[in-house]
Amino acid sequence: MSPRFINNLVRVAILVVLAASSMYTLGETEQAVLTVFGKPAGDAVNTPGLHFKIPFIQVVNRFDKRWMEFDGDPNQIPTRDKKYLWIEAYARWRISDPLRFYQAVQDERGAQSRLDDIVDGETRNAVASFDVIELVRSSNRAFEVTEELEAVEEGTEKATKVETGRSKIAAVILAKAAAITPQFGVELVDVRFKRISYVESVQAKVFERMISERKRIAEKSRSEGAGRAAEIRGQKERDLLAASSEGYKKAQLLKGAADAKATSIFARAYEKDADFYAFLKSLDTLEKTIDAKSVLVLSTESELLKYLKGAGGK
Amino acid sequence: MRADEDPIEPLRQAIADLGKRARAAGSGVGGSIGPKGLRNYLIGGLVVLFLFTGFYQVAADEVAVVQRFGKFARIAGPGPHFRLPFGVETIIRVPDKRQLKMEFGFETVRAGAQSEFRTTEESKKESLMLTGDLNVAVVEWIVQYRIKDPYKYLFHLRNVSGTFRDMTESTMREVVGDHSVDEVLTIGREAIALQTREELQKLCDLYGNGIEIQQLVLQDVNPPDEVKPAFNEVNQAIQEKERAINEALADYNSAVPQAKGQAEQQVRAAEGYSLERVNVAEGDAKRFEAVYEEYRKAPQVTRRRLYLETLGRVLERAGNKVIVDQQARGILPLLQIDSLTSLSKEKK
Repeated sequence: MSPRFINNLVRVAILVVLAASSMYTLGETEQAVLTVFGKPAGDAVNTPGLHFKIPFIQVVNRFDKRWMEFDGDPNQIPTRDKKYLWIEAYARWRISDPLRFYQAVQDERGAQSRLDDIVDGETRNAVASFDVIELVRSSNRAFEVTEELEAVEEGTEKATKVETGRSKIAAVILAKAAAITPQFGVELVDVRFKRISYVESVQAKVFERMISERKRIAEKSRSEGAGRAAEIRGQKERDLLAASSEGYKKAQLLKGAADAKATSIFARAYEKDADFYAFLKSLDTLEKTIDAKSVLVLSTESELLKYLKGAGGK
Repeated sequence: MRADEDPIEPLRQAIADLGKRARAAGSGVGGSIGPKGLRNYLIGGLVVLFLFTGFYQVAADEVAVVQRFGKFARIAGPGPHFRLPFGVETIIRVPDKRQLKMEFGFETVRAGAQSEFRTTEESKKESLMLTGDLNVAVVEWIVQYRIKDPYKYLFHLRNVSGTFRDMTESTMREVVGDHSVDEVLTIGREAIALQTREELQKLCDLYGNGIEIQQLVLQDVNPPDEVKPAFNEVNQAIQEKERAINEALADYNSAVPQAKGQAEQQVRAAEGYSLERVNVAEGDAKRFEAVYEEYRKAPQVTRRRLYLETLGRVLERAGNKVIVDQQARGILPLLQIDSLTSLSKEKK
């Protein structure tokens, strides 16, 4: 290798190092603050692509541009009505002012710890100033109820009016916390309740209540069944008596009408000669009553024999 | 993408130039084999690197997001593509046509005809939630979604899927928190799934995570294990109620129609009686009238004739006849008392 070649090689190497030090790229998700010996130089850079800087002197401090996670510390918090809830909130935030961010908290870890103080504190404040129902519900919509379960309706806490509601309480926390975070270059974009649950001791009581509630429904259902059954049996008795008496009544009416008609037919016919009718009827009766076992005692004076007697006597 | 191929030409030129210059430099040194071989290896290496870093393939169910020096450049669809090599352009693959799924409250261990599921401590916490009547329900659900906007999906949020999980959980809890436990368990399931889906889509749009919700389906929804027996008891009680009512109805149905039939029978019989009675009356009346017509013409004669005829028939039938003379007073009629009494005994 000639000295010239080595010379060239060194020159190229110096050029490459110089170029590398005077250029940098920013990704779509990145923004940067340039510093000179730790002191910020110029505005923050937040357009992605290739950028230039003064080599060696300016240092690139990169920050994320995206929305970032924040998980609140899961915590037991008493509500206004003195019930302990297990609250897990989450937030999303972004570095809105990298320069200030860099000056105030240096890096994400610093920001997270500030957010811990602010968001957890505001969450605690908000939860403590509302009743459980406000934290659980979001509106005053009426529950749909199936027929069998109407028993639950009576005397449960659902009559309570919800004035603020879960999403609005979260919005309150967001508004309060978001007012503070710009101080360290952070925009808080959203705060939400991820989980709200009962602490164990409260949960046990809730389970007891649920069980007794269900038992009440079960009892109601059973007694309703017995009631309906008794009602149906009563109806049966009623309908049975109604049917038989109705039948009797109709039958009697029909028979009565027929008897009346028959009577009138007889009367009309016989009134023509009541005496003759009586005579005929007597004959009829006579004919019907005499059979082989009857003993007839006839006087010779009787209508039948009186002619015979006269004939014999002559 | 034709636009991709434009950068090839200048690069090819540059490499050719580099080769020429190297060759020129090599000949300048004096045509020694050493530098020349080195040169060839260098060129060969560059070409291989060029090919490896320049060409890429995008699968059918994904797109590639291309960044030049970190800046978003374009989105490349399925097929073979070229990009500026040596790290100038980088790509991130995003499966935008694949349907992605997230499970809440359970995990599929092995999917198949008989899928296996399990619930972990964490998934139990995920599924236990407060209902609007301050009860507790265990809700398991799945979300199916698709990456609608790869740019937003990649660049707007850090840890998109973790955030999406948080968002989904939060939304589901909010919606369940506005329904009673009975609605959650029975009649409100569909409404809850629908409402959660809508709210979640709104939240996705607000967060700008580029996700489109396709399905949100409630899976197992149960009361907590501790209160399950009580819930079952309610179901049982409802069954019992139905049974009691059905039994009573069966009882009713077995008795009442029969009684109605019997009543009807009574009525029909009475109708028969009526017909008979009237017919008999009419018949008798007609007969009387007919006889009476004749009788009127010669009352005395007819009357006697009728009497005698009847008596004749009667006498013929009667077993014993005793004729007593009115003149023979004091004389005992010749009655056959014995035979009469024996006759009457026989009768008994």
